Order: sequence, then structure tokens, then C-alpha cells
Amino acid sequence: MSGWRRLDRRTLGSTAAGSAGVAVSAGVPVVAGAGTAALAWVLAGGALLIGGAVLADFVRWRHTRFRCTAERLEIEFAFVAHRRKSLPRERIRSVDLTAHPLHRAFGIAVLSIGTGQHETPGQGRITLSPLARADAGALRTELLHREPAEPAAGGPLATLDPRWIRYAPVSFAAPALGLGAFGALLNVSEWFGARNGVLNWLLRLFGELPLALGILLLLVLAVAAGAVGAAGLFAEMWWNHRLDREPGGTLRVRRGLLTTRSITIEERRLRGVELVEPLGIRLSGAARVDAVATGVRQRDDDEKADYKTLLPPAPRRVALDVAAQVLREPVLDRVRLRPHPRAARGRRLRWALLAVLALVLVLAVLGALLADVLLALAGLVALPVAVVLALDAYRGLGHGLGGRYLVTRSGSVRRSTVALARDGVIGWTVKQSVFQRRRGLATFTATTAAGSGAYAIRDAAADEGLAFAEAAVPGLLAPFAGGSVPAEASRT
Amino acid sequence: MSAGTVPLRPPRHALDRRAITWWRCQWALVFAPTAFVLALLGLLIPPAAAWLLGPAAAVALAGVAWCAVLPRWWFGLHRWEVTDTAVYSRSGYVWQEWRVAPLSRVQTVDTLRGPLQQRFGLATVTVTTASARGAVKLRGLDARLAADVAEQLTERTEATPGDAT
Repeated sequence: MSGWRRLDRRTLGSTAAGSAGVAVSAGVPVVAGAGTAALAWVLAGGALLIGGAVLADFVRWRHTRFRCTAERLEIEFAFVAHRRKSLPRERIRSVDLTAHPLHRAFGIAVLSIGTGQHETPGQGRITLSPLARADAGALRTELLHREPAEPAAGGPLATLDPRWIRYAPVSFAAPALGLGAFGALLNVSEWFGARNGVLNWLLRLFGELPLALGILLLLVLAVAAGAVGAAGLFAEMWWNHRLDREPGGTLRVRRGLLTTRSITIEERRLRGVELVEPLGIRLSGAARVDAVATGVRQRDDDEKADYKTLLPPAPRRVALDVAAQVLREPVLDRVRLRPHPRAARGRRLRWALLAVLALVLVLAVLGALLADVLLALAGLVALPVAVVLALDAYRGLGHGLGGRYLVTRSGSVRRSTVALARDGVIGWTVKQSVFQRRRGLATFTATTAAGSGAYAIRDAAADEGLAFAEAAVPGLLAPFAGGSVPAEASRT
Repeated sequence: MSAGTVPLRPPRHALDRRAITWWRCQWALVFAPTAFVLALLGLLIPPAAAWLLGPAAAVALAGVAWCAVLPRWWFGLHRWEVTDTAVYSRSGYVWQEWRVAPLSRVQTVDTLRGPLQQRFGLATVTVTTASARGAVKLRGLDARLAADVAEQLTERTEATPGDAT
């Protein structure tokens, strides 16, 4: 496969169908609003839109070619200007496949190739959009493994259990989706000039009920809509999820109901895993597994898809098993985390009280009339919640060493347990505020090229934390330990 | 040193003494225009003179005190060191911070000289690693010394194989 090749011509069909969809969804509200008089204009506009999109896509398709030689992958676009991108093949770190519903209807997929070096969206990537589905799969294997791969031995590391969808409604997305559904209802009704009708209908419906019951009903409706929406989103993102270890030393995540995605992470780039437990998901006994890897696309601008998530919210036991298999060591099960000094609990309680105090002040300023009720509400609801969260946050704090990894855990609303490869630590930052100094605490942050760039051990004992940091990455901090002030020497 | 502090020793070198004057100039450039504008308005608008000249004097006094006391104190807080294996810096008081980056993981070494720094013959050396959050900044070094340090660091970095991640 070394000659110049073209993209798949079915892109024209998919573009035509896509722009037709846009034309219809923009045209229908106009026709519904302005009546059939506007029909001719709308039809003409639609035809122009579709024609223009297909023509542009045709030019792109006609003048784009790519080839894959033994050393390089090259893509060339020569129309008026001449543009050529070229990637050395040994620098290719990830090859991702994406196919949205239209692509799937036409049997094509988009191949996106990354080098993993300081990646910002749109830079350092080559996108082949689109290829025939079979070609895309073959090219992916060729680019990553340099030889056709046989199916991975031992089956997938994880596959989706449809029952996990029960964790979707407890995520933070649910309430937002509920509100969104209400907004969308009003928006759509406005297209048809029926917004006031809908509002009146809602008011009549609730007017007959007592106010409290009405609010309660609305809340229940919003929560229900949110739960359904979250479940739908979960299904769209994670349906057919499957995590494989491939013989070429890569991890592959495949998932998606309507839009299918295939994401590859080179194990050489893997520096650890993060077990993420947002509050609702943690309370229902589940956890998510993210990869901590260098050169993974953090987030695309246009897509909400997370490229680093290896396992969607799943029962904690399953998540721990997957983490252990990905790391090839049961690190998170085995490591006993050392709790942090009690002074850290005091800090969290004080933060909680300050937050409640700030809330009370804001409420008192906003509504002097209602102040008594609001103060009571804040005292009775916000204070216990804040204190419970603070105590929970303290209980969550911990750090420990296990084999090749250092483990740190923190957070209450979003509890995160990170297992970070010790040889992936490329520096330490020790930070100590005046208040921490008084109580003998400090925050030790391991910097790394992977994931978010730094993982912190919050509020550890100052001396024990330093000893731990030194033990985790021998030789890095040792030359600087000890309290004595060295003499001002000549600088070399 | 109080009992609760992290048992790390201070880095070996202080900044260049001229850094004190540099900081003073920086902060003078913050305080002086404010005081000047207030005083000018106070002179131009006689009815409001008391309301404007008072604050102008207060700002000026605060600025003088700030510039007289704090930079000297900061000078003692900021220290740095380059060993055979690592870059090490310390800074801050309210949030004291120690940063260590091993030379084997250094990716780039930048030297920066702002207009004020050039005036005082100073420079800032920024040592970045592959981590987005692991850079070590040495602010207020003598310019020639900074160039030497940067060169020395670059040499050592080039001698290390791999992509330092």
C-alpha cells in the first residue's frame, strides 16, 4: 500500500444527506411560521445549501490524496493552494475511528491520526475523512502494528453490562438535562408560534393544584426528564463499549450507539489510571476508570466525548478489576493508603464553615425580608451538608506506594484515586501556606507529562509527606532534604 | 524555621541584589501613577481637593512603605540552585513553594528579559518539563549568569536520550 490513494467518494452522499437534514430542520419552522408563501424561497434556499455543500465536498474529495509509505504518512490537498502534511510513521501514537449515524448509513468512517506530542485540537493531527469502513480498520492496524494483528488473546478486558445504565441518572448531568428539556420544549413550541399556548396550558394545569404540590410535581417531572436524558446520553456514548488489549501494545476502547468510536492508547504512553467517583455515583457503589496517558486528546472542541475514559461508571469491583488489568498489577486493591493528620480534618471543617458563612451572608444581603427563613434554612440544611462533606473529604484523603505506582486519593464531591507510575513523575512541587505551616501540613504535587499534568497529595504531614515523596521517586528530593542552610557558594 | 515547615533546605543561591531595585521599580510603577492621577485631579478640582489629595497621600505613603520594606524581604525568600541532577527553587511566604525538576526531564530552557529587567541587567530563566504544570522559573538572575545557566542546562538536556516524558 504505497501508491497515492483517494478518500472514499461516498462522502458526497453523506454530505448531501447531512446538508439536506440541516435544510429541513431550518426550513420547517420557517414554513410553519410564515405559511406556504415562503415555501418557494425555502425550497430554493435549501437547494442552494445542499448544492453548495456537495460542490465544496466534491472539490475537497477530488483534490485530496494520501499515501502510506514505509516511513511516512502523507496527505496532500492541491487546489489553488498546495498543502501537504507529512507524519513520520514511528511518531504515530494514536489512531482513532469515528463514524456518526450518516457515516454508518453510507458505510464509511473518519480516521484521525495523532502524534501525541503537545497536542492541541487541530494541530499535529491528520484526519482522513472519510474512508470505507473496512479500509479505515485495515489502515489503523497497519499504522499501529506494522503487521496485521490477530484477535487479542483472552478476550476483552471489559464489556458494557447494560445494567450499568442505572448509574447514568445519578450523575451530575441529570438535573442539567432536566432543565434543558424544559427549555427545549419552550423553544420548539416557539417555532410553531405556540409558546404562550404551552405556557398557559402549564399554568392551567398547575393552577388547579396547591402551590407546593405544583412545584413538587414540576421538580419530579424535571428530575424524570433528566434521568431519561442522562440514560439516553449514557446509551449513546457507551453502548457496545468494549476495552481490549491488543498484541501491538495498545489499549483499544470501542463504543457508541449512533456514533461509533474507536480510541487507541499506546501502553508505552500510559502512566497510570485514575479511579473517578463523583458523589452520586460513589453513593451507588460505582466508579469510572480514566487513563492517565501522555498525548491523549483531552477533549475535542466540537465533541463532548472523553478520550481518556476506559470504563464508564460501573460497579466498584469491576472498575478495580479493570484498573488492575490495565496496570497489570492490582495496585488500587492492594495498597493501604496512609490517612492524613487530623489537622487536615480541621482545615476541611473550617472551609465548610466559611463556605456556609459566605452563603448566609449573601442570602442575608439579597433578601433582608426573608432573612429569618433563609438563615434557618441555611443553618438547618447547608451546615450539616457542609460538615458531612468536610468529614467525608477528610476520610478520603490518603496516599501510599504500591509496586511501580504511587497512589493518592482526595475529594468528596468528586473523589479521585490516582495510581501514577513512579517513573512517570518528572518533578515535585511542595506548597505550604501560612496556615498549613502552623499545623505542620503541606501539599505535595507530583508533576507528570500525562493526564492533567500534576497530581496532588493534599495536606499530608510536612515531614512524612517529604519522606514519602522521596521514597516514591528516589534521588530527586534527597539532595535538598534537611533543614540546614548551606553557605552561599560560588555558583557552579 | 518553625516546627511545622517542610524539612527542605533552602536552595544554595540568592537572586542578584539588583532584583530588589527591580521589584521596587515594578511596584513604584503601580503606585506612582495612581497617586499622581489622584493628586492631579485634586489640584484641578478644588472643591474635592480634600477628598482626592488625602487618598493620594495615603497611596503614596503606602507605596513608599511597600517598596521600602517588601522587596528586601522577598529577596530573602526567593532562592535557587542548579545541581548536576536537578533545578531547585523556593519562593513565597503566604504560599511557600519549593519546586524540583530533574535535568533528565527538562524539555526547554527559555531566557526572558523584560524592558525593566534589561535596564537592571537581569533575566528570568524558565525551565519547562513535559508536564504542563511543572515549570521552574528563576526570576531576577544576573543576565550573564542567566545565559550561562541556560546554556549549561541546554547542554545537559541534549545529552539525555529520549523525549523526557
